[in-house]
Amino acid sequence: MSNPSVPIHSDSSAHSGVKALKCRECGRRYELLAIHVCEFCFGPLEVEYDYEVIGRKISRQSIEAGPVSLWRYKDLLPVLGEPTAGLHAGMTPLVRAERLGKALGLKNLYVKNDTVNHPTLSFKDRVVAVATTRARELGFTTIACASTGNLANSVSAHAASCGMECFVFIPHDLEAGKVLGNLIYKPTVVSVKGTYDDVNRLCSEIGAEYPWAFVNINIRPYYAEGSKSLAFETAEQLGWKVPDQVVVPIASGSLLTKIWKGFHEFTRLGLVAENPLLKVNGAQASGCSPVYQAYVSGKNHIVPVRPNTIAKSLAIGNPADGFYALDVVGKSGGKVEEATDPEIIEGMKLLAETEGIFAETAGGVTVACLKKLAQKGAIRPDDLTVAYITGNGLKTMEALAGSLSQPVSIDPNLSSFRQIVNPKS
Amino acid sequence: MSVLVRIPTPLRPLAGGQSELSEEGTSVREILDNLIRRFPAMKERMMDESGELRRFINIYVNEEDIRFREGVSTPLSSGDEVSIIPAIAGGA
Repeated sequence: MSNPSVPIHSDSSAHSGVKALKCRECGRRYELLAIHVCEFCFGPLEVEYDYEVIGRKISRQSIEAGPVSLWRYKDLLPVLGEPTAGLHAGMTPLVRAERLGKALGLKNLYVKNDTVNHPTLSFKDRVVAVATTRARELGFTTIACASTGNLANSVSAHAASCGMECFVFIPHDLEAGKVLGNLIYKPTVVSVKGTYDDVNRLCSEIGAEYPWAFVNINIRPYYAEGSKSLAFETAEQLGWKVPDQVVVPIASGSLLTKIWKGFHEFTRLGLVAENPLLKVNGAQASGCSPVYQAYVSGKNHIVPVRPNTIAKSLAIGNPADGFYALDVVGKSGGKVEEATDPEIIEGMKLLAETEGIFAETAGGVTVACLKKLAQKGAIRPDDLTVAYITGNGLKTMEALAGSLSQPVSIDPNLSSFRQIVNPKS
Repeated sequence: MSVLVRIPTPLRPLAGGQSELSEEGTSVREILDNLIRRFPAMKERMMDESGELRRFINIYVNEEDIRFREGVSTPLSSGDEVSIIPAIAGGA
């Protein structure tokens, strides 16, 4: 098979603010191809932008006149032409969470609600919109991913809508909703007898042999940039303002670093005033908390773990961006917290009961860690705080088995109902 | 003792384009040393200034991350498979 790192066709970025790929470690530059690691030092490649060019094009007005989707920020996303996939992703509600805030002692709390992202109800619709558009620009006809579930759902749906061939690789023990949420779009679903980390390693090997667009491997530099839109939207929805505190779930760590980057890009371009108070906090499940473990032990390297948590979407024991996530937390003065499985379920229930938002287990992790940060005083009552809720609870219903009350059963007559409403009457 | 070594894409040009090759060694460290002896240009690619394996390279023996075993001291048996894989991938 042909080497997938070789461009199927190259393209020019003369009029775009997208310049090149650049190694985050050694600074070597590469063409804007389907490659993700530096050939010299194996460091991650990131998209390099020309902010002068972007600054001449972008303004609050230009953004506000754009589509009601993440593509309103296209000038800061790594595509060269017009978007061709995921046209409705993003611009999810930023919910003023007064009741949750009251429960946690926070007066200025918001929830960024990506449980209702389009089309597959998680923040992955953002990154896949960007990755699919870029993969098509590069001429790929087959799209693939290694996934804990949400990504596979999104890749499957986008492939279907674009008429692309699709292979998604998942661990064998995923929630039924996440497996079904692939199959309905008719990709090839490959269930791997192992953990996500096994799936990821295998896909790195497969990606070296097959000329496919693996969104989170050879397309990763472009894909990951889609997460910046969570910061862009937050700032715009707050009235062009950067919050004081954000709480972000950590799986690979990429999301956290990109939210930080998004706020900094907006600040750099003068779209928002700098907020030196901004603290980026990370949330992990206790059953898979390599970044938290490094944080509390004061180390800057990540020791991989074998995951064992109900928060399967965060179950990455060997997080690719863990080092960089730690760096962002440290630079911003934030913290990393962890939540046990019972705390995760309590977090899911608290969010649902106070805000009417049914989040998946990862959302339970975020809420549980938000609660701890508030209790410890790391987040103060008046801090303008945003919690990122990244996936929908209908996909992880197994996690709630036995932890919710049952329906009240009655006979189909009024007296039976009256006994329920007022048993003493 | 011979083991199969899988070479990642960025290093293949240094190994005559091979994606897999046989190498002799009783531990991961010996395999790396012998690889570097055969293909000296691999040294600065795989090792940092202090001679340690670069942070963004993961090594697996028969699909298991060597950090769950004995790191580069992990012993090898004849017929084992050693994969050198860029660490940067994924994001569920």
